[in-house]
Amino acid sequence: MRLKCPLCGERDRREFYYFGDAVVLARPDPDAGISAWDDYLHNRDNPAGVTRDLWQHEAGCAAWIVVTRDTVSHEVLDTALASDLKRAMS
Amino acid sequence: MRFSGLRILKEGLTGNKGWGAHWRDPEPKSHYDAIIIGGGGHGLSTAYYLAKNHGLNNIAVLEKGYIGGGNVGRNTTIVRANYFLNGNSEFYSHSLKLWEGLEEDLNYNVMHSQRGLINLFHSDGQRDAFVRRGNAMVNQGDDAILLDREGVRKHLPYLDFDNARFPIYGGLLHPRGGTARHDAVAWGFARGADMRGVDIIQNCEVKGIDIKNGAVTGVQTTRGAIKAKKIGMTVAGRSGQVAAMAGMRLPVESHVLQAFVTEGLKPVIDHVISFGMGHFYISQSDKGGLVFGGDLDFYASYASRGNLPMKEHVMEAGMTLMPMIGEAKVLRSWGGIMDMTPDGSPIIDKSPVEGLYINAGWCYGGFKAVPGSGSVFSHLIATDQHHSEATGFRLDRFRTGVGIIDEEGTGSQHNLH
Repeated sequence: MRLKCPLCGERDRREFYYFGDAVVLARPDPDAGISAWDDYLHNRDNPAGVTRDLWQHEAGCAAWIVVTRDTVSHEVLDTALASDLKRAMS
Repeated sequence: MRFSGLRILKEGLTGNKGWGAHWRDPEPKSHYDAIIIGGGGHGLSTAYYLAKNHGLNNIAVLEKGYIGGGNVGRNTTIVRANYFLNGNSEFYSHSLKLWEGLEEDLNYNVMHSQRGLINLFHSDGQRDAFVRRGNAMVNQGDDAILLDREGVRKHLPYLDFDNARFPIYGGLLHPRGGTARHDAVAWGFARGADMRGVDIIQNCEVKGIDIKNGAVTGVQTTRGAIKAKKIGMTVAGRSGQVAAMAGMRLPVESHVLQAFVTEGLKPVIDHVISFGMGHFYISQSDKGGLVFGGDLDFYASYASRGNLPMKEHVMEAGMTLMPMIGEAKVLRSWGGIMDMTPDGSPIIDKSPVEGLYINAGWCYGGFKAVPGSGSVFSHLIATDQHHSEATGFRLDRFRTGVGIIDEEGTGSQHNLH
């Protein structure tokens, strides 16, 4: 599997660190309640199909990247800088 | 049909014409007292113990593929009880005891071989940790023997003891650890359940779970609707999809774990060897193949195959530990889908839906748990009470933070186990 870093281009998977579901971009408010935090920290859709997850180009430019990919075929559909997505969310 | 030496002799003399199918192939009925979704090791053993221990025999196991075709036929067959933390410790001890009586109980040769498992250590700090683990195992009533460097050399003379990065300081020997023939375990439990009246229904995929007033009423399947007031799910890597049918999200992320086997060789590795620092473990099957594996590929995946970087890593670790295996040729590699929880320990609990029971999150340790899991899960389904040896595997431990079972001590977070 190769991932396309938006800054560095397509690179070997070994350069990247996998963090987990991109749900982590939507951090709840501190007082959002136990269910919101449980969903954020633990509960996952865990789809067999298209998913969005957060990776870091650890052995490259160190950028955090949201990867849209298929968990069944390992096809990478899209990558984007997490900072850009985060800015768009706010 | 009972298996015995006499029977083998008789069949051998009469052309082996008397052997039949090991279990029936029934049509699904419209109603059962209980349904188990998933005909893997855990589902079959759950059905077996529901019938044997709890007298429930109007039950069905629904399997979307075929018996032995899932993770129970894709693992590296290791059986052990060398856990450290309360919650895990007593459960795996319970499971190992069941393994030790399993062949008699099932009247089936599962080739359980207690050849001993050795966990290697490579520093003073790691030795201390293994002393502590060994003491925990002994306190649990299981066996553990601390081996120094020469003690390991006596058992495993072919290791590279003076490796520059990971010199071998010693190992923790678990004599009752070993292996079993994985698909025979599935077949044995399937046959045992079937003999007690359980319907094992293959090629039957559950497409929906019917819920009325907060309680399950049955399932929709590719072979029609089936009613039941009690439903247990034992679907391993597919836990997320089945839970979604009941409107639930689980603290589970599915990952791919690879395993490898070489060409058949003459007996060379007598034990199960675990090289934790290299994320590598190995044993030799009775057919002669070296069976080995490593860590997860470490990204969410449902592809039953892994990627090259982890293959390379596993091979490197193997060569680091025992350079002699470089001469062996790898025949096959494959991947299984692991239901990973944040703390690396399983979930055996009731769900928020009445009558729906969850057995999931076995991470990469499901095989050795097969008899124990069925025993305690059947107890939960039949009595609505947690079995005394499995009180810790609660679903809500993540939400509340109480009772986290983080065996590796790395933290309760999805990408850490």
